[in-house]
Amino acid sequence: MEFIQLFIDSLPRLLQGLGNTIVLTALAVALGIIVGLAVALAKAYAKGPLRILASAYSALFRGTPLLTQLFIVYFGLSSIGIVLSPFTAAILAIGLNSAAFQAEYFLGSILAIQPGQITGAIALGMGRLKTIRCIVIPQVIRLVIPSWSNELICLLKYSSLAYLIQFPELLFQTRLMASKNFRMFEMFIIAGVLYLSVVLIVSHFLRKLEKRLRIPGLGTESTF
Amino acid sequence: MEPLLKVENIEKTYDGKKVLNGISFEMEKGNTKVIIGPSGTGKSTLLRCVNRLSEPEMGKVILDGQVVLDKTVEKEPRIDLNAIRSQVGMVFQNFNLFTHLSVLGNVTLGLTQVKGMKRKDAVERAMIEIDRVGLADKKDAYPALLSGGQQQRVSIARALAMDPKVILFDEPTSALDPELIGEVLQVMIKLAKEGMTMLCVTHEIGFARSVADEIIFLDEGKVLAHEPPEQLFSNNSSARIRTFLKKISELYGGE
Amino acid sequence: METSSGLMIIWESWPMFLSGTITAVQLCILFLGVGVVVAVPVSLSQIYGGKSLKFSASVFEQVFRGLPALVLLFLFYFGLAELDVSPLVAATLAMGLRSAAYQSQIFRGAILSIDSGQMVAARSIGMSRIRAIKCVILPQAIRLAIPPWSNEFANMIKDTSYVFVVGIIELMRQGRYVVAGSFGNALLVYSVIALIYLFLTYCGLFLMGRLSKKLAIPGFASAGAAMERI
Repeated sequence: MEFIQLFIDSLPRLLQGLGNTIVLTALAVALGIIVGLAVALAKAYAKGPLRILASAYSALFRGTPLLTQLFIVYFGLSSIGIVLSPFTAAILAIGLNSAAFQAEYFLGSILAIQPGQITGAIALGMGRLKTIRCIVIPQVIRLVIPSWSNELICLLKYSSLAYLIQFPELLFQTRLMASKNFRMFEMFIIAGVLYLSVVLIVSHFLRKLEKRLRIPGLGTESTF
Repeated sequence: MEPLLKVENIEKTYDGKKVLNGISFEMEKGNTKVIIGPSGTGKSTLLRCVNRLSEPEMGKVILDGQVVLDKTVEKEPRIDLNAIRSQVGMVFQNFNLFTHLSVLGNVTLGLTQVKGMKRKDAVERAMIEIDRVGLADKKDAYPALLSGGQQQRVSIARALAMDPKVILFDEPTSALDPELIGEVLQVMIKLAKEGMTMLCVTHEIGFARSVADEIIFLDEGKVLAHEPPEQLFSNNSSARIRTFLKKISELYGGE
Repeated sequence: METSSGLMIIWESWPMFLSGTITAVQLCILFLGVGVVVAVPVSLSQIYGGKSLKFSASVFEQVFRGLPALVLLFLFYFGLAELDVSPLVAATLAMGLRSAAYQSQIFRGAILSIDSGQMVAARSIGMSRIRAIKCVILPQAIRLAIPPWSNEFANMIKDTSYVFVVGIIELMRQGRYVVAGSFGNALLVYSVIALIYLFLTYCGLFLMGRLSKKLAIPGFASAGAAMERI
């Protein structure tokens, strides 16, 4: 009973945090898509330094912890005079990290498109960019959805790292309230329930979306 | 004399369909029996009921005086199925060789793990059987690198090494390219001549004709005929059997 | 000017970086080890277990995969606080069980991709179910699991960076000490730390690649390791 009271009392604050978590995740995913797609296209089609740069970016961001990336963007940049708000820093760090992973998903899907289709498009008189825009990207997006929904779920969880740079998302609010009411364990149980619910709900809808967008005979199953 | 294998009144239902409907037969030691019949008539299921890889609803199986299966009594006595299975060899359509083990590893695994033999003795025993199927030079090869015919010969060696009382062959040549069937059949013919007790499901009419002591013709879960090949292949057989035999010899060559 | 003094500080702090690195590697091995030990029975019970066993295993998996690592760490840290256990035990439980949830998925995938004929053949020569799993299914599953497992290994090295939040002094925490002592040269210090993690990650992947090659069986499928989220 007492636990339920605690739950009800803390819910407004926690929901506010959850809102921030969702906004942060959404913006980071969006940044990840834009940068990730560019990196993937560079890895697949560019030549010379641009391609090397893209590969290095992907290897570097996937090979180091997101936490160090977050600290470099927030504490590191501010130590040389570039002061970012926790919100901006979190979006940048999580988004750029996600971009490196998303680039690999995009690249995998790009490589899964049979080269014959590209030849076919060029034979129709489409230019290189038009081919990428009209033939490659529409297919890539569908192929990438399963890994992409997995990534979205991951980012929902990773966004909790932003608490370490004082961004008031769900974990931060939980910690804050716990430090006031000293009900540490119970507060984290509540936070856990909230995280789990969001993760399960989001993954349920993503699975539905996947089914709707599927091209018959193409694509794979989601892993979550 | 008691028969080596006694199968009585086996009944088995799959998805609401009765695939085996009261099958009975007996086998003497050293006999070779071939089960033929249209596909989907429960031939493979019947084989699997003999060592209870499939569980029938009704029936009784006795191997060399040991009860393998007894659904005629209210409560079945305790049966050590693993001990029974180690006395019944089985050769599969898809070979089912253990992919992570070499030829020698495949043949010795049952000896060391089930029969508890010492490694050295197991290797010695295994090599005899590997040699018997003509693959001594391939003993260290891994299954994925062998041809289908070679893989099937290894799986026969694996069954033989256990010193089985009877070997069940489940369409042993059906997954093989035509040019590889011969080498497997040769091994089977050799075994039959040496007095191994063999129960084979196969479409190889030529093999059935020349090697089988008796042929069981199975159709829609029932034994339609159970007689020596000369009789079955004579013109006295029922129209159903003759149509099937004609079709199968068109398909598989036969004789 | 500032950079060169920063470099000096990093140079002088090498014992801290070194001890943090060693701790990170030890933690990684510890967490993965706990993960393996728990994941094998979990994945086996999800495949071969009865209804209730299957259900509890999948709830375990959903919960530990669905929660952020930081939340798990705090849950175990505060949940066990009354039992007076050390932060290390709490962190090991949180990260080890979390890894077990991911690893059990890896093992399950590997076991399920083994042809069902393997089990039938093993049973047909008289092996018991348990023995067949031990002698036939697991040796194959382990090989199939190595590439995705290397991925988990690489993830775990990076994930050890979280445990400083419950007070364990590993590489990240050492980094914060160095930053505090270097009058705010955070960019340089955290970059060095990132490079150390980068080195560890690729070392891990390299070693796992070697192991995969060593265990490879001619003709038996085994793909290279990739780095991805699972």
